[in-house]
Amino acid sequence: MVPISYYLILAAILFCIGVAAFLIKRNIISVFMSIELMLNAVNLTFVAFAHQWHQVSGQIFVFFVMVVAAAEAAVGLAIIIAIFRARNTLNVDQVDLMKL
Amino acid sequence: MHLVLFIIFGGLCVAGALNLLFQRHPINAALSLIVVMSSLAVLYLLLGAEFLAAAQVIVYSGAIMVLFTFVIMLLNAGSEERTHGSKAAYAIGIPGAAALFAALAYIFLSNSKSLSTAKLGDYIVTTSDLSRVLFRDLLLPFEVTSVLILVAILGAVALARREH
Repeated sequence: MVPISYYLILAAILFCIGVAAFLIKRNIISVFMSIELMLNAVNLTFVAFAHQWHQVSGQIFVFFVMVVAAAEAAVGLAIIIAIFRARNTLNVDQVDLMKL
Repeated sequence: MHLVLFIIFGGLCVAGALNLLFQRHPINAALSLIVVMSSLAVLYLLLGAEFLAAAQVIVYSGAIMVLFTFVIMLLNAGSEERTHGSKAAYAIGIPGAAALFAALAYIFLSNSKSLSTAKLGDYIVTTSDLSRVLFRDLLLPFEVTSVLILVAILGAVALARREH
């Protein structure tokens, strides 16, 4: 017997660690990995609420999030490879051509 | 039993996520992210989502993380160095994330009365339940995602191709 709120708190912890890692990390691959961590945390809340209300649609949402995350990972890593070829760095502070 | 499993794998999740936050080398961060995703699969199983647990292991900790480690090794990514921007991010990022967590935890705990408790085996969504909804009610969105994946494959190939 575990209250659903424990699962939601765990998901909140994971999401906030993901937000902190997104802001702190300077390596573009690590930044991308923290986005994946945030997506996983949100998936956990979807599954927890699907269990709470006995609805299948929460799990369907998680399925679609997984599909979109896979597509996003493929395109994002291709962009990272293209950036590395063009600028020869992975540090986000040195990829600031569009910054004012 | 349920509480013990939740504490073990929830603790593994948080430990892996904190390790991701504090490791400087991307390959260590990637390996700790695999720990997080695999323990999340166990938590899905505890919540009765058996198809999603399998998909989590296969898609997330399998396919996506293999792609990540492959790119890290291909680009020979070294450990990151501290820069001016990272100091500002430390000063704003940690309190901001803590404030966000405080707000979320307050909302969840103040509404925990109206939320039930999860019992093991109380509500199990089998693969046939899931596929019945997916292929009967949501057939069009399902087919549209296949187009999305096709576009993503073409985009990834076009972006990563070396230009002559």
